[in-house]
Amino acid sequence: MDLSRFQDRSLVQRAAQVLRKLAPDEELRFMHVCGTHENTITRYGIRSMIPDSIRVIPGPGCPVCVTSTSEIDQAIEIASRGTTVYTYGDMFGVPGTRSSLKQARAQGARVRVVYSLSDAIKISRESEEPGVFFAIGFETTAPTTASAVLSGVPEGFSFLVAHRLIPPALTSLLDMGRIELDGLICPGHVSTIIGANAYRVFAEKYGIPVAISGFEPLDVILSLVDLVRQHKDGAPRVFNEYSRCVRPEGNRRALEMMSEVFEVRDAEWRGIGTLPMSGLGLRDGYADLDAARIYRVKTNSRQSMPPGCRCSEVLLGTCSPTECPLFGSACTPARPVGPCMVSGEGTCRIWFQYGGYQKW
Amino acid sequence: MVDHKPDKAERPARGLSVDEGSGGSAMMKLISEVILSNVTRYGCGGVTLRELDDSGSIVVGDLEIVLTTDAHTIKPIFFPGGDIGSLAASGTLNDVSVMGVKPRAISFSMVVEEGFSKDDLSRIVRSFNGVLEEVGVDLITGDTKVLEKGDIDGVVVTTSAIGVTQKGRIVRDSGIRPGDIIIISGSVGDHGISILSVREGFDFQLETKSDVGPIWEVVEAALEAAGTEGVRAMKDPTRGGLSNALNELAEKSGVGMEVREEEIPIRQDIASAAEMLGVDPLSVTNEGKAIIAVDPELSDDVLAALRRTRRGRDAAIIGRAVADHVGEVVMETKVGGKRLLERPIGDPAPRIC
Repeated sequence: MDLSRFQDRSLVQRAAQVLRKLAPDEELRFMHVCGTHENTITRYGIRSMIPDSIRVIPGPGCPVCVTSTSEIDQAIEIASRGTTVYTYGDMFGVPGTRSSLKQARAQGARVRVVYSLSDAIKISRESEEPGVFFAIGFETTAPTTASAVLSGVPEGFSFLVAHRLIPPALTSLLDMGRIELDGLICPGHVSTIIGANAYRVFAEKYGIPVAISGFEPLDVILSLVDLVRQHKDGAPRVFNEYSRCVRPEGNRRALEMMSEVFEVRDAEWRGIGTLPMSGLGLRDGYADLDAARIYRVKTNSRQSMPPGCRCSEVLLGTCSPTECPLFGSACTPARPVGPCMVSGEGTCRIWFQYGGYQKW
Repeated sequence: MVDHKPDKAERPARGLSVDEGSGGSAMMKLISEVILSNVTRYGCGGVTLRELDDSGSIVVGDLEIVLTTDAHTIKPIFFPGGDIGSLAASGTLNDVSVMGVKPRAISFSMVVEEGFSKDDLSRIVRSFNGVLEEVGVDLITGDTKVLEKGDIDGVVVTTSAIGVTQKGRIVRDSGIRPGDIIIISGSVGDHGISILSVREGFDFQLETKSDVGPIWEVVEAALEAAGTEGVRAMKDPTRGGLSNALNELAEKSGVGMEVREEEIPIRQDIASAAEMLGVDPLSVTNEGKAIIAVDPELSDDVLAALRRTRRGRDAAIIGRAVADHVGEVVMETKVGGKRLLERPIGDPAPRIC
C-alpha cells in the first residue's frame, strides 16, 4: 500500500482549501479518540491549516492514560510479591496511587518491559516461572490477548486484563453530558476490529456526524471535510474514510475470539469515572488465567490523577495541555506528573514533543 | 516512543541522572547550577565560558586562541562508519571549526579498562590519526590511565583542541540577524539513528552508517565564499540534534527561525530506520555536519561552495531567521502545516557520543 499519496502536499493543501471554503462561521467541535490521530495532527501542523472555527479536540484516546489506578496498583503489588509482571514500556512509568511499576522495580519488584504479548510469553516460557501480562489497550489489542488465551500459554502465565471499549465509553460520556460534540473522528485501528457499523449509534441515536479516519494527514483532512458536509446537510451518518482498512462488519474472527474469551463489564476510566459496560474481563471459563482472581491483591487505590494533574480534563477535551500550569515546567516527559505526559499516545506528551497548537 | 530497556539498572533518586548529561535542557540546568554558579574565573576578552559556545577563546596580542574539550563515551566503540577514535578527533576538531577557526593541535587522553585489547586500542588510535591527516592537525600531548576491571566500561577518550586566528575573527552562536539564511551541510540523523539501529540489532539491506567526520573543509569553503562577516553563526548539531542546535542558535542570537521540513535532507535509509525506532531524526546527534547561518546576499555562493566539498555535497538551505517569535523555531511541515520545532529533552539514548 503506497501511503505517499496520503502525505502528498498538494493533495493535502487542496483538501484544506475545500475545508476552508465549506466551513461555517459558527464554531464546530470535532473530537477524536486516538493518540495516533493526535500525533498526526500535531506533527503535521494540521490545526494551523484548518479554519479557526473548526476545533479538533483530543478525547480519551490514550489507553495507558485511562487505565485505572487500582489496576496499576494491582500490577505493582503482584510484582512486589515476586511474580514477574510483563508490561509495555508506555505503562512502565505511569504513577498509580503511591508508586509506578518503574519505581517499584527500583525497589526490587519483578517487572519486565516488553514490546509485545508474544515476547512476554516467550520470555515466561523460557524462564519456567509464573508471569502476569498487564493487558491494557482498546479494541485493537484485545484480540491479541484473546488469541493467546485461546492458543494456550505457558504454565503459570496469566493476564491482568484492563482492556477498555471505545463506543460504550463515548455513549456514556454523551449521556452524562460530559462531552459535547458536533462530530466524531473515529480511531482507525480500533475500527478495523469493531467495524464501521459500530458507530451507527452516534449518527442515528445522537445525531452526531461520524468519520472513521486513517492516520495520514490527507485522511484527517478528508474526514474533517466530510464531517462539515454532514453538519451542513443536517444528515449525520458514518463516513468510512479509512475504507482501505475498515469493513462495515469489522474483523469477524477477532470479534468472535473476544466474545469467546471476554465478558463486558463496567470499568473505571482514570480521572473520568466508572463508565458502564466499557471494559473487558475474562469469562469464568478462563478464571485460571485471570490474574485478578489468582492473586486477589487488595490495593488501597485512589481513583484519580496525581495531585495537581489536569489529565482528566485533558482526556475529556476540556483543558488543553498548554492550559495546564504544570505543562512543560513541573511536568515534562523526563519528570512526568500524570499519564498524559508519560504515554506516547498521551496528548500532553505529543504536544510537548511536537510543539502543540499555536495560533499563527 | 522510546521504551525502557529491561536490564538497565535504576539510578538512585538524588544523585545525577543520565538526563543531565544528555545535552538537553536538563544538562543546561546542571551546568548553570553546578558550574557557572561556582566558577568565578570564566574568561574575558574572548569567548567566555558563560557564552556556552562550541569553544572558548582567549586573546593574546593580535591573536585569538580557540580551545575546546570533549569526552567520548560512545558504545559500541566500533560502529558502521567509524569508531571512538574517529569520533573523538572529529567531534573536537569540529567544535573549533564551527568557530570559523582552523584547528591546529589536539590532545588525546584515554582512561582504559584493564583487559582492553591492545589491537583494538591501536585500531582506535589509527582511526583518530586518519582524521588528523584529513584536516592537517597534530597530536602533541596526551595522557593514559588504566583502571581495574569494572571501574570503567571499556574506554573513555577525552580530547582538547586549539586553533589560532586573528583577534575578533571568530564566528559565534549569537551573530544571526533577521533575514539570514540557514544552511545545513548535509543529511541529518545519520549518527544517532545508525547507532540506535546497531543497538537494536536492526538488520537492513542497506546498513545505516554514522556520518562521523571532520567538517573543517566545509567551514573553510563557507568562509572563503562569505568571510567571517558573511557567515553569521555556525554550530555542529550534536546532542539534541538539529532541533536543539537551531533552538540554541535562535535563542543566543535573539531571533526567530522558520524552517521547511521538506528541505531538511534526510537519507532514505535513515528515515526508514528512524520510523522503525520511533525516533525523530531531527532530535538525534550528528557527528559530521554544520549549521551555517549566512548573509542572504551571499547564501547562493556559500551553498555552491559547500556543494563542491566532499562532506558538504548534500548541503541545503533549510530556512531563515526572522524577527518574530524570538527564540522559537517554526517548521513548515511536509504537507504545509506549521508547528514548533521544540528542543528535545536530550538524546533518546545514553552513550551516543
